[in-house]
Amino acid sequence: MVWRWRLGALLLAGMLGAAPVAAAPSQTLTVFAAASLSDAFRDLGRRFEAAVPGAKLRFSFAGSQQLAQQIANGAPADVFASADEPQMRAAITSGRIDVTTLRPFARNRLVVATDRRRDTVRTLGDLAKPGIHVVLGARTVPIGRYSHEFLQQASRPGALGADYGRGVLGNVVSYELDVRSLVTKLALGEADAGLVYVSDLNGPQGAKLGQIAIPEAWNQDVLYPIATLADSPQRRLAQAFVDYVSSAEGQMVLSRHGLRITDGARTYRRLAPTTR
Amino acid sequence: MITSVDAVSGRRRQGPLWLLPAALPLVGFFVLPLIAICWQVPGRDLLSHLQAQATLEALRLSLGTATVSTGLAVLLGTPLALAITRGTLPCRRLIDTLIDLPMVLPPSVAGIALLLTFGRNGLLGAELAAAGMPVAFTTVAVVLAQLFVAAPYYVRAATAGLARVETELEQAAAVDGAGPAQIWWRITVPLAWPALFAGMVACWARALGEFGATLMFAGNLPGVTQTMPLAVYVGFEVELSQALALAMVLVAISFATLLVLRSLDDTGRRGV
Repeated sequence: MVWRWRLGALLLAGMLGAAPVAAAPSQTLTVFAAASLSDAFRDLGRRFEAAVPGAKLRFSFAGSQQLAQQIANGAPADVFASADEPQMRAAITSGRIDVTTLRPFARNRLVVATDRRRDTVRTLGDLAKPGIHVVLGARTVPIGRYSHEFLQQASRPGALGADYGRGVLGNVVSYELDVRSLVTKLALGEADAGLVYVSDLNGPQGAKLGQIAIPEAWNQDVLYPIATLADSPQRRLAQAFVDYVSSAEGQMVLSRHGLRITDGARTYRRLAPTTR
Repeated sequence: MITSVDAVSGRRRQGPLWLLPAALPLVGFFVLPLIAICWQVPGRDLLSHLQAQATLEALRLSLGTATVSTGLAVLLGTPLALAITRGTLPCRRLIDTLIDLPMVLPPSVAGIALLLTFGRNGLLGAELAAAGMPVAFTTVAVVLAQLFVAAPYYVRAATAGLARVETELEQAAAVDGAGPAQIWWRITVPLAWPALFAGMVACWARALGEFGATLMFAGNLPGVTQTMPLAVYVGFEVELSQALALAMVLVAISFATLLVLRSLDDTGRRGV
């Protein structure tokens, strides 16, 4: 009987002894990033982990509005990459962002993605045709906000007609809460068309979809800002990741995933005044 | 031991003394978050939030679909429960496990499964859509999602309740000349009623709170598929005070309904 207790104590001591060793070496970085960045950031994460020994990246991908809310409510994170400025501003208002590290790192554009098999939407105008099923992002999601702005601009005189926006909105069957759900629903053939980012057509699911380009005049300049959190326990590592994303290699990886790169100074100046 | 007679219900309260402080923490754990919601809702805006179009639409949709789903669960689930207890169905253990499955399946998985079945390119959905009866993204989808996750609660309770009804009683009634319908309504149902009722309540409550499968399968469209839980979730990102008002309404309605139903059940039982 006694030897069982001794064995148990030995095992326990062994586990306790091993635990610190298992936990110690890696520095884990928690990155909150917009859903549209999932493929690109996973790729960047792998390269970063390979380049920085001991670094371990943990991602939380969701609609930027959800991430901003989580940050405002104290969720532990080290880096936040949003799909639009309003959500970054919401996070800044909560006081948790280190604004000195704030910078734009990627851009994107809108595109109409279609169900290629059904082939019911061939032109922008077709989106407003009666009987068409359209999926959009909810207004609080960056993709939804951009989509609504596009619809407004496309309904101006000389564009696609004053009723265009109303017609498209009348065809909406669901307002999704992040852009990846949009892509999935389209890939499953649940809708005829939807408004997504150009970069979303790069992934395995997006490649199955057809696309209709949106003219520059009505397209939206999607700007992704990134920043570290002021209370991050890994400030240096977080900054290193932000620097990596903005570096030449990082930008090349981003562009391979369909995101456009930032041209630094010009776009940063646009972002700076809003940080006050 | 504390033994006393409850002034209101006339029931005796009994039990060892330590039971009270041991039992209270969980009750407190349930009550505190509800108090937190009520604390945060700004009283002035409450009325305007409650009268908002979006709130009323979501409320109407939620209550309506939950009731329809529960009705369907009772209609379809009672024969199933009866078949299980009377041994009409083969492979009883397999079917029992199958019925339990939606209860342990994560709601989002249930949503995806329903989408792949009833969606436009789904197993059944393709034919339904071609026949002019699309399912996904409609209110029907909301009902189906709720039925999938909530019906097992009813079937489980009904099976247990019906199994406890002794067949001798039914046979005795038959010997006395009662027809099958009379036996069912006057012997079986009244005896199994507490379990059937509890099952209905659990089913309704689960259907009302359903979120993951609904979002995945039915989508999010105000007035059509945006149920209360979904409206609260979306509202949380837009306007916290509106979401809190919605949440409070949901809590109040659920609590009131469950309380009323339980009191009805109590009085019914005492009458019997």
